[in-house]
Amino acid sequence: MSKKGLFINYEMCFGCHSCEMACSQEHKLPAGEFGIKLTQYGPHKNVKGDWEYTFVPVPTQLCDLCGSRTATGKLPACVHHCESECMEYGDIAELAKLLEEQPKSVLFSL
Amino acid sequence: MVTDHNLDELYHKGELTWQDGEYTVERGFQWTPPGCHNSCGMLYYMKDGKLDHAEGDPCFPYNNGRLCARCLNLEEAAYQEGRLKYPMKRDPKDRGDVSKFERITWDEALALIEKNLDEVTEKYGRASVFGLVGTGRNICWQVPWIVNNAFKSPNVFCALFSGDSCAVPRTAATAAMTGAYPVPDMGQFNEARYDYPDFQFPGTILIWGANPLKSNADCFQGYWITDCMKKGGSKLVVIDPMINWMSARAEVQIQIRPGTDCAVALAMNHVIIEEDLYDHDFVDCWTYGFDEFAEHVKDWTPERAAEIAWCDPDDIRKAARLIATNGPCAAPFGVSNDQKRNGVSAYHAIFNMMAITGNYDNPGGNILAYDPWGTVMSYIAGWDEGVLTPEMKAERLGDKEFPLHSVGFSALGQPDVLLHALETGEPRPMKMCFMMGTNPITNMAPDAPRAYKALMTLDFTIVCDYRMTPTIAGLADLVLPISFNWERNTLRLWFTPVRASRKISQYYECKSDEEIVVMLGRRFNPEFFDKIGVHTDIDMLDYIVKSAPNATESFDQLLNKDMYCWPDRPYYQYKTGGLRADGQPGFQTPTGRIELWVSMFANLGLDPLPNYEEPTESPVSTPELYKEYPLVLTTGARNFEFFHSEQREQPHMRATYPWPRVRINVEDAKELGIQDGEWVWIEGTRGRCQQKALVTEGIMKGVVEADHGWWFPERDGNAPSLYGVFESNINNLTPNGNPGPYSFGADFRSVLCKIYKCTPENSEILPGVQTVEKGGFHEPDYGDIISMYYGHDAK
Repeated sequence: MSKKGLFINYEMCFGCHSCEMACSQEHKLPAGEFGIKLTQYGPHKNVKGDWEYTFVPVPTQLCDLCGSRTATGKLPACVHHCESECMEYGDIAELAKLLEEQPKSVLFSL
Repeated sequence: MVTDHNLDELYHKGELTWQDGEYTVERGFQWTPPGCHNSCGMLYYMKDGKLDHAEGDPCFPYNNGRLCARCLNLEEAAYQEGRLKYPMKRDPKDRGDVSKFERITWDEALALIEKNLDEVTEKYGRASVFGLVGTGRNICWQVPWIVNNAFKSPNVFCALFSGDSCAVPRTAATAAMTGAYPVPDMGQFNEARYDYPDFQFPGTILIWGANPLKSNADCFQGYWITDCMKKGGSKLVVIDPMINWMSARAEVQIQIRPGTDCAVALAMNHVIIEEDLYDHDFVDCWTYGFDEFAEHVKDWTPERAAEIAWCDPDDIRKAARLIATNGPCAAPFGVSNDQKRNGVSAYHAIFNMMAITGNYDNPGGNILAYDPWGTVMSYIAGWDEGVLTPEMKAERLGDKEFPLHSVGFSALGQPDVLLHALETGEPRPMKMCFMMGTNPITNMAPDAPRAYKALMTLDFTIVCDYRMTPTIAGLADLVLPISFNWERNTLRLWFTPVRASRKISQYYECKSDEEIVVMLGRRFNPEFFDKIGVHTDIDMLDYIVKSAPNATESFDQLLNKDMYCWPDRPYYQYKTGGLRADGQPGFQTPTGRIELWVSMFANLGLDPLPNYEEPTESPVSTPELYKEYPLVLTTGARNFEFFHSEQREQPHMRATYPWPRVRINVEDAKELGIQDGEWVWIEGTRGRCQQKALVTEGIMKGVVEADHGWWFPERDGNAPSLYGVFESNINNLTPNGNPGPYSFGADFRSVLCKIYKCTPENSEILPGVQTVEKGGFHEPDYGDIISMYYGHDAK
C-alpha cells in the first residue's frame, strides 16, 4: 500500500478551526491538545504593500491520519469537515500532482 | 480519495437512521440550540441514548459534510455542568442569589405563571405582560405565539435591542424598495447548487461590513464565497474598517470610518451613473425614481465621501467600476449597517446600487426571497397574529411613535419605547416578562447596565434557556429548561430548503420551545388551540408547514420520510410574475418596480432617498467629545468559536479564544503605550469595560473594535458578579433609547471611546459593582425621537 498524506491549499485556508475541532472530537482530546494545529501569519502589510493573511494547519505528533476512519473508506475527520475544502487525503504520489496544479499549497507526509 | 458513489453508500443517502459499529447514526439538521443562523445537514452519532459526537452530512448539498467548530463540539455543549435539567423558581427578593433557586415540577411552574398573569392583568392590564426574543434562530416565532396567542398580549420585543438593530433595518429598506429580501446567489436556491443549469458564478462579490466566513449570516454559508472564488473565479470587493482574510485577497479593499457607509455607497452610485456604467435596460424597465436618485447622488463625489470616510477616493472608483462591469454582483450582508442610526439609508444606497446594475433575481446576483425573510412567518413572526383584535394591537408599544411599525414593518413592538416604559411607566407600566432564547444583559441590550436596572423593575420574570446565564442569575424568578436541537421535533422554514428534524434523545425534564408553545397555549387559550387543531408539538409544526408558502408536504411526511424539500427556483421571476401576489410581472411594490425613490417612505413622512447622517457621537458631530474620547469604537465582529454569548463555558472553545479582545492599530497602541495582550479599560461617555488589547495592523488607525457577548461561566454567579457579565461587556459603552429616524438601527458600531491600561488604582470599582450596587453608570437619557414624543430633553 502506498504511503498516505495530507494536502493543504494554504491560499484558501481561512482559519475556521474545524480541522482542529474535528480532530479533537474524533480522538477525544482534552481542551488544549491538538492533532492538527492552525498557524497564522498576518494581517500584515508587506514591504511591497500587499496584505499577508495566511493560515496553515500543521499536523502534530498526535495525528494518525484517522487510520480507523480511513480503513472503512471515510475521510480523516479534518478533511471531511474542512470549511473551505482546502484539504485532501490520499496517496502521496497522487497528492504531489495537486502541488503542481495548485500554487500556494503544501503536502504533509506523516 | 473516496468517490461520490462511496459517500452515498457509506453515509446511507436517503435513510433516516442506521447502525455504524457501536453507534446508531441519526440524520438531521442542526439549528437551535446551540444556535446559529444556518441549518446544516448533520449525522448524530448516538450511544446508549446519548450524543457521542456529530459530523456533517456529506449527502446534503447545503454543507456537503462541512461543519463548523461549534457543531463539532456538541457533546461538550450538551452535557456541560451548567445545563438546566428541571424547572426552577426563586423569590423575586432573592434575585442575584443563584443558591436560592428551587426545583419545581412543570405543573407548579404553570400554576406560578397563571398566578402572576392574573395578578399583573388585574393591576395593570394584560398588555403589561410582554415577551423578549433574541436573534434569528429556531426561537423566533415561538415567543409571539406564546405572548400573543396564549397570554393574549400584543407586546413582544427584541430584547431591549435599541432600533431592532439586526436584520430588521435592512429588511425594512429592501421590503420597501423591492417588496422582498435580496439574498446573494451562490446556487443555494436549487438542490443542484453550482450544477443548476442556469447558475452562473458571481463576477464580483461585494462584502460590506461583514465577515460571512465567520458570521454565516442569515441562511448564507460563508464558505460558499471560497467555493465561488475557487470554482468560478469570483473577485472580491471588501469594505470594512478591519482587514479580514477576504480583504487580503480582494481586488479592491477599502477601510472606512465606522458609520460612514451611506456616504461611500452614495459615491459609488455617483461613479456608476456619472461614468454611464449602469444597466440602462433594467433601469428603464424595472426601476422607479432613477432621475431623482441620479440628481441626488450628483454631488456625492468620491472625494467628498472619502474625506468623510477616511479613505482613498480612487478606491471608491475602482470598487464601483468592478461592481458595475464584471458580470453579476452578489452582495452578502452582515449586521454592521443595521447597527447604525443611518443604517436604513446605508442599505438603501447599497441596494439601489444593486438595482441600477441589474443585480436582482439574476444568476450570480441577488435572489429575491419570496417574502422578507420568507419568514414574516417563521422569523419575525407576524405571520399569524391569531387572537389579537385591532383593539388589542392598539396597545402594542411603538406603533404611535414610529410610523413604519404602524403599517406592519415588524410585527414586534419597538424596544426603545419598551425601555422608556420600564424606566418611567409611560406609555404604560410593563410588569411581567417572558424571555425565550435571549440573554439580554450579556449580549443583546446596548447600555447593558441600564437594561439590567430596567428589568429589575419587573414584578415577575420567566426565562427559558438551556443553561445558567447571567440573565437567569440576576433577573429570573422562574426558569424553564430547554431541549437541544436533537432533543426535539422541529422545522426549518427559513428560505430553502424546508428541513425537518426528529427528536432522538431526551435530557432530564427539558422541553422544546415548540412543546412550551403548545403547553402554554393549551393552558391559557385552549379555545384558540382547539380551533386550529393543535394538541402536540407535531400538530403545531404541521399547522406551520401547511400555512407556509414554500412547502406543501405534511410535517409527518417531511419528518419521517423526505427530511427536506428543495423545489427548483428559476431566475428572473420579476419577468414571469413570481414575485407579486397578483401574479403579474414586476416587483411587490406600489409601482410594481424597484423603488430607488421609495414611495412608502414618502407616504409616511420619511426620507424617500438615502441621505448620509453622521453618527450621534463622532469626530465630526461631537468634536469636543472627540478630544476626550479620541478613538472610534466599533464592536460585534464575529469569531469562529462563539455564537454571540454562547460557548463561553466550553473549554475547547476557550482553548483557542480564551479572553475578550479589543483590536487596536499598532500606531495607536504605540502612542498609548499599550502592549499586545495586556488588559485595558475601554471607556466611553456611558460606561467602561475591560478587555485584552490585540495590537494589530489589521484595523485602521483611529478605530478600535471590541468583542461582544463576553461573560465568564467560571466566575461567581451571584450578584454583583453575575458571572462577570459587566466586567468585559462592551455594551457598557453602547447607547440605548436613541434609534434612527425609521425606528430601525442604532449606533452600536460607531461611538467614541478612549483606551488606557488597567492598573490596581483605576480598577477599584469594577463595572459589576458599579452596575449592581451603585445604580449603574448614568441616569437614563433618550435620543431625539423618544424625547420629542415623551417631552424629555434630548441628549
